[in-house]
Amino acid sequence: MKRYILQRIGFMLLTLFLIATLTFFLMHFLPGTPFNNPEKLTEKQIKVLNAKYGLDDPVALQYLRYLGHLVTGDFGMSFQYEGRTVNSMITTRIGPSALIGFQAMVFGTIIGLALGIISALKHNSIYDYGSVTLAVLGMSIPSFVFAALLQYFVGVKLGWLPPALWEGYQNTILPSFALSVTVIATVARFIRTEMLEVLGHDYVITARSKGVAEPKVIVKHVLRNALIPVVTMLGPLAVSIMTGTLVIEKIFSVPGLGEQFTLSILVKDYSVIMGITILYSALFILIVFIVDLLYGFLDPRINFKRGAEA
Amino acid sequence: MKLEMNNPKPILPNKNGRHNQPLIPTEVTDDLFVVSPMDDIRQEELDSPPVTFWREAMGRLMKNKGAVISLTVLVIITVMAIIGPYLNEYTYRQQNTAHTNLPPKVTGLGWLGFDGIDVHRVDQYEKRHITENFWFGTDEFGRDLWTRVWKGTQISLFIALVAALLDLFVGVLYGGVSAFCGGKVDNVMQRIIEILVGVPNLIVIILFILILEPGITSIILAMVITGWVGMARVVRGQMLQLKGQEFVLASRTLGAKGTSLIRKHLLPNVMGPIIVTLMFTIPTAIFFEAFLSFIGLGLQAPLASLGVLIEDGYKSMRFFTYKLIFPSIVISAIMISFNLLGDGLRDALDPKMRK
Repeated sequence: MKRYILQRIGFMLLTLFLIATLTFFLMHFLPGTPFNNPEKLTEKQIKVLNAKYGLDDPVALQYLRYLGHLVTGDFGMSFQYEGRTVNSMITTRIGPSALIGFQAMVFGTIIGLALGIISALKHNSIYDYGSVTLAVLGMSIPSFVFAALLQYFVGVKLGWLPPALWEGYQNTILPSFALSVTVIATVARFIRTEMLEVLGHDYVITARSKGVAEPKVIVKHVLRNALIPVVTMLGPLAVSIMTGTLVIEKIFSVPGLGEQFTLSILVKDYSVIMGITILYSALFILIVFIVDLLYGFLDPRINFKRGAEA
Repeated sequence: MKLEMNNPKPILPNKNGRHNQPLIPTEVTDDLFVVSPMDDIRQEELDSPPVTFWREAMGRLMKNKGAVISLTVLVIITVMAIIGPYLNEYTYRQQNTAHTNLPPKVTGLGWLGFDGIDVHRVDQYEKRHITENFWFGTDEFGRDLWTRVWKGTQISLFIALVAALLDLFVGVLYGGVSAFCGGKVDNVMQRIIEILVGVPNLIVIILFILILEPGITSIILAMVITGWVGMARVVRGQMLQLKGQEFVLASRTLGAKGTSLIRKHLLPNVMGPIIVTLMFTIPTAIFFEAFLSFIGLGLQAPLASLGVLIEDGYKSMRFFTYKLIFPSIVISAIMISFNLLGDGLRDALDPKMRK
């Protein structure tokens, strides 16, 4: 177990290092530099700016310096905003993203669980078909299409909730809901198949024939066993939420990380792109790791010694 | 295994009680051999024509209503993507300042909203004395949206298809080699995959597009760079499972070598999961393409993909909702159909994979 965890942590660090290296060289060999603007800047100014940001040093030196800063958690300075560090931009912007992401995750899991359980218990009924249809729609319709339509119909036409901006709690509802659709659909589908499978097991029949009350059978035997594999879905779901924030924050003008990322891409603010890329990757790797560990604790059949298969 | 279960009594010449004789026959004579009676059940089995795996799977798929409808929808959309842009006289890039921002109008379909009346309740066609109809309306440059939507569908489907096929090619090759060689080669190849899986693919795609300059080729390439991993894992897993099975062992014992073993036994048996994975790769690719266009990394004007159209439509959805609605409907229909068809194929091709 200990060996497995250490091995995984080693792999995580290696992956992060590779991503950091890759982003550095990709950004470095992009055509042009951030100050390649001869109409507005004189040659002397460009030189001064390059010297200020260390862009005139040899690549190897820049790379080493960059890695050194990364180890201490310093992502450097923004090229777009004079005098702002990437770190300060990330810390001011991570709040809204985390809030809508968390709300979407909680709301999506609860609704998804409810839909999936109803679906499995009333198998092949109208409720089942209804929630399966909802799940297929939720998984298929791209999140930004859904978000745009939601904003138009609920925000603009009906005027029930503010369609955009970030002024109060009401502003978090639409983006969270738009983000949670994928979560609802995935969880509902997954829990439905898992429960149907568990319902067919012998121990459920045994419990019933012993005279255990039906609600107790469902909660203690069926649901508990069906929930274990759902944990594996948390990783991919967290990733889809992170992806979703990129567009959904843009649509609802949420001042979050995703919006900053898309903005920085358009103006080619490389240090911000690099910083957010590494942050997202680190989060992603960490979530996958935690989910794997959690799964092992919940399901004693998983053997860590056999490595990270499946 | 099954045959043995059906015939619990082995057909051996023990009825005559020869086994009880202590004497072992010193000479092998003809009367030692007894013709084994043909099993009734087996005879019946042989009478019916053999059902191939693919025909059986096809039958199962055709029984799945959702899958059949999805297949029909996909065929219709594909046909429209090919012929749609040529169904009227406009081209996807032809601009006309006299025809800007016209709402959709189809004679006879006014009750469905195709009446040429905008959000301010003004009939734009009457106001501007335009006699021809624009079925899906026009955009801010006066380009016909019907043509652009189908042209966009064509490009989106093309990108997704090529990306999915490249994924398939690389994935099958990588997964196949990894599983077939086994040992050290497999170990190294798997470590590489493990690292690649750890990288969030959307971020890699974005970084590559930034370097390659947005365009059809760069979008396809960027998606393939990370996309093949899923296919490789599926193929490897299946191959490893098959490698240990009796029929492969039997084939090996009979002297089958690498290529014929792969071609005759391994590939046909991995075909099912490959097709299913392919069916789920295509909608993912369509989604990523639209996603990239939406955050401004898509195709350059005047080319259009569904994502570009949705982005354009989103910008002006308040007053020209139709610009957002039509591409949204098409992309949603494609995604839903591919997902349902993929589900149906999975159930049909491999009932064990059912999830």
